[in-house]
Amino acid sequence: MSRILSGDLPRSRVLAAVLVLIALGLLAAPFLFPGARSLNVAAKVAVFVLLVASYDLLLGYTGIVSFAHTMFFGIGGYGIGIAAARLGPAWGNLALGFLASLALTAAVALVIGLLSLRVRAVFFAMITLAVASFFQILASQLSDFTGGEDGLNFKLPELLQSRLACYYLVLAAAAALFLVLLRIVNSPFGRVLQSIRENEFRCEALGYRTVFYRTAANCLGALFATVAGALYAIWLRYTGPEATLSFAIMIDLLLMVVIGGMGTLYGAVIGATLFVVAQNYLQDLMKLASDAATGIPLLPNLLHPDRWLLWLGVLFVVCVYWFPSGIVGRLRR
Amino acid sequence: MRRHDWLPLALIAVLALAAFAFVPSTPTWLTLTIAGLAMGMMIFMMASGLTLVFGLMDVMNFAHGAFISVGAYAAASVLIQLKGGMQAPSLAENLMAMAPALAAAVAVAGLLGWIFERVVIRPVYGDHLKQILVTMGGLIVVEQLIHVVWGPDMIPLPRPATITGSVLIGDAAIERYRMLAVLVGLAVFAAMWLVLNRTRLGLLIRAGVENTEMVESLGYRVRRLFVGVFVAGSALAGLGGVMWAMYQESVTAGMGMQMMVVIFIVIIIGGMGSVGGCFVGALLVGLMANYIGYLAPKLALGSNILLMVLILLWRPRGLYPASKA
Repeated sequence: MSRILSGDLPRSRVLAAVLVLIALGLLAAPFLFPGARSLNVAAKVAVFVLLVASYDLLLGYTGIVSFAHTMFFGIGGYGIGIAAARLGPAWGNLALGFLASLALTAAVALVIGLLSLRVRAVFFAMITLAVASFFQILASQLSDFTGGEDGLNFKLPELLQSRLACYYLVLAAAAALFLVLLRIVNSPFGRVLQSIRENEFRCEALGYRTVFYRTAANCLGALFATVAGALYAIWLRYTGPEATLSFAIMIDLLLMVVIGGMGTLYGAVIGATLFVVAQNYLQDLMKLASDAATGIPLLPNLLHPDRWLLWLGVLFVVCVYWFPSGIVGRLRR
Repeated sequence: MRRHDWLPLALIAVLALAAFAFVPSTPTWLTLTIAGLAMGMMIFMMASGLTLVFGLMDVMNFAHGAFISVGAYAAASVLIQLKGGMQAPSLAENLMAMAPALAAAVAVAGLLGWIFERVVIRPVYGDHLKQILVTMGGLIVVEQLIHVVWGPDMIPLPRPATITGSVLIGDAAIERYRMLAVLVGLAVFAAMWLVLNRTRLGLLIRAGVENTEMVESLGYRVRRLFVGVFVAGSALAGLGGVMWAMYQESVTAGMGMQMMVVIFIVIIIGGMGSVGGCFVGALLVGLMANYIGYLAPKLALGSNILLMVLILLWRPRGLYPASKA
């Protein structure tokens, strides 16, 4: 077990129990929670665990704030989407689209990294925000190619027609890649990234070329995000700007990483699960509360189902101030 | 601001002249130029506070967009009350209605800025990572609170009656509102320039941007100065927000966030922390967006990025690099 987890054990009974529960829940989701909606939630959890983990590699482990992560997520989605919709639903085409998106991601991440990771964190954050918004525009402008605002609906090869097979493909791929990420952050390479986060100057003085490591981390994180995007597109059989590229998803990602716990990949599991479940079920709960509060001024508005992001935002700020290592850090204490 | 570096300013003229060569008719060019200047002035109002705050205290406030939205909403609330004044056919009455709205925007955005500085930013000085995260979180919360207070729907915000429509200058049709925007923008820039360059306060602010520790060691409280600049910057963002909302004729909670991308580009172009650079950058972005929008509409939305890349290739630290950045 320790070998599979790369020696990075949960180090807390409660955390371990919760993680096992989530893993079992995801594994048995099609049988435990029948229904299209809950299966959707489960698949989204799987994809977002991978996506958030890859973002944590940047934010939590290396200390880089990037706002372009959804851009790479989108590139993965569009790689599959364009290949399947324009070339036809064959395995070869999917592979082609997937490889093309990986290549594009690697190139873009490398260029952004080399150009702007030399300077300060703020600069990188601003540049990535600008580039990501440019990509979003590009996706909606090149509508002959990308389907514009409407996005692309497409068919998948025979084998993936069944929802069950599709779900287990997504789950298996996400789980395997998560373990690979766990391996990466616990390797000597991962230790260097953490030392950059803790004290870049000192790390440089020890003889590590920090720009090289940061750029490598940026590319790796982007590549994993691209795979997550491809998985999400395969699951949805759809790709579009709202589903993969929008800034709202970037904000969701930030919330998941920080609430779950930065600098530990288990935080990604907890954060993504909590967030996706909240996104889908918290609103029902809030509706009850909001109805109960009718007549009191402003309170029904505060508890309105559409305001769920408000409470997660408050939780986010609270986390950054007082629990920088999020839920996982809390549990490990 | 270095006084003798005129090249970036010349760049504006070069851009305008280059466009003159490509745009077929002179009236169209004039229309586009005024439109570009108006857009640039509004962007400048929104961006100037942010760049100054960054230059002075090394704080990049990602929630700056929230002040833009809040200012616009505050003004919209006032204007709904003063509908009569806005629809009256006389310019004086229109301006009488607009004045309290602008004042409300400035006051509310400034107040929010003050609270924001105390509650959100003060605990995370010097930690860039946390700053970005916390201000992002603040943006989410404020945006959601706007929904709570003003409701989730877009609020239409018509322009005052006498400032709608266009005037003809020669053959060029110039929207009245754009001329107003240029005037307000110039007034803001002039006021800012005077304060920064002709007052003792401005001297301290400029010195603070140059070298915070030195100013502190001379016995001035840069922290207090910073709070003032932060509030003023937020208030300006509110003002810019109203102007922009009236230009768009609607207010949405997301408008601030949408503007942030352009604002960041302007700040990067200008050299992070420089007000003069921010002014030049804003005008360049505004002009570029309008010219390209006319000449090659497909490219229009990417023109900002293109401009940023070109400028950074020329001057990697922006047009007027502030010394600390």
